[in-house]
Amino acid sequence: MPFIPNIQAFCCHYTSQQTLAEGPEGLLADGFPKNVTIHRLVCTGKLEVSTLLKAFEDGADGVYVAGCPVDQCHNLMGSQRAAKRVGAIKKALTELGVEPERIEMYHLERGFHPEFVKVAQEMHERITTLGPSPFQGGTK
Amino acid sequence: MIIAERKPFNEIMEMVRDAKRILVLGCRGCVTICSAGGEREVEILASLIRLGKQKAGQPVETIEATLVRQCDKEYIDSIDQWDGQYDAIVSMACGVGVNFIANLRPMAKVYPGVNTSSFGGSAEQGVWSEQCAGCGNCILHLTGGLCPVARCAKSLFNGPCGGSVDGRCEIHKDVPCIWQSIHDKMVRTDNADGLAVIAPIRDWSTSGHGGPRKTIRPDLTV
Repeated sequence: MPFIPNIQAFCCHYTSQQTLAEGPEGLLADGFPKNVTIHRLVCTGKLEVSTLLKAFEDGADGVYVAGCPVDQCHNLMGSQRAAKRVGAIKKALTELGVEPERIEMYHLERGFHPEFVKVAQEMHERITTLGPSPFQGGTK
Repeated sequence: MIIAERKPFNEIMEMVRDAKRILVLGCRGCVTICSAGGEREVEILASLIRLGKQKAGQPVETIEATLVRQCDKEYIDSIDQWDGQYDAIVSMACGVGVNFIANLRPMAKVYPGVNTSSFGGSAEQGVWSEQCAGCGNCILHLTGGLCPVARCAKSLFNGPCGGSVDGRCEIHKDVPCIWQSIHDKMVRTDNADGLAVIAPIRDWSTSGHGGPRKTIRPDLTV
């Protein structure tokens, strides 16, 4: 049975407007991978490191964050803060002996843009190549 | 405040290698302010420990808790509520907290989750700098409020060493020469004469050179 990665995407309100405009069916028609679960946030600056780690604990093979362009965040520095937290997790994954590429930060144009689908496909391909997460589904 | 930083994760994992139930214990004091060992960092470390153990295929249970302080007996007593529920404690307080738990709970295996580095302040968000050495005999009234013990690389008492360039310390250009700052401050506050006073040879016994220090306040002891 082919490996279909479990990918969790944390997207801000502004970069994920496409999900509202098209709805789940429209997104799939555009080529958005079915195995990518979108979590919408008011701003990626609200993301906690622990939330992203929890996604791995809960079985994610890959995680990514989509926020506003670095210098054009709707909330000024929200996406920059998110990028720092993603960087912290990349470091933590490295310390754990896990590929840091399993998490990524994307800065996307706000509004309705094909890049929203493109980065999901990119992560899908990347994580499919990396294979299943080395973390086994665990208990707290 | 006391400045600390989380230890490298692999170092912590080695400490708890044999533990199956781990109490990750934060402190709401200094280490919360410097984002090293507060509630948020407890949550992150506990999650990392679980992930590390999952990857190794080892079962683990974690308890996450944060005490008001770990440098008072009254607060340490509250860890008794988890008696029998943990094999090891990873304290994310400064070294004082780890020592207090070790002192007061002789049977507990307690490990440090952070490296305690200095007494300092927040220079800007995410940056902390050492300001005080805790040497036990403060001379800030003689130096414009700027400490040559903590902030001069050589802890000099009578002016700069001569190695500074453009007001920067010879150990690194990012480090200001504190004696340059002291000079400028004293001149700015019409206190330049104070710079001519020679500080006598110092008795460092108050700085820990006379062994572990203890402060006793008879007016407060019961």
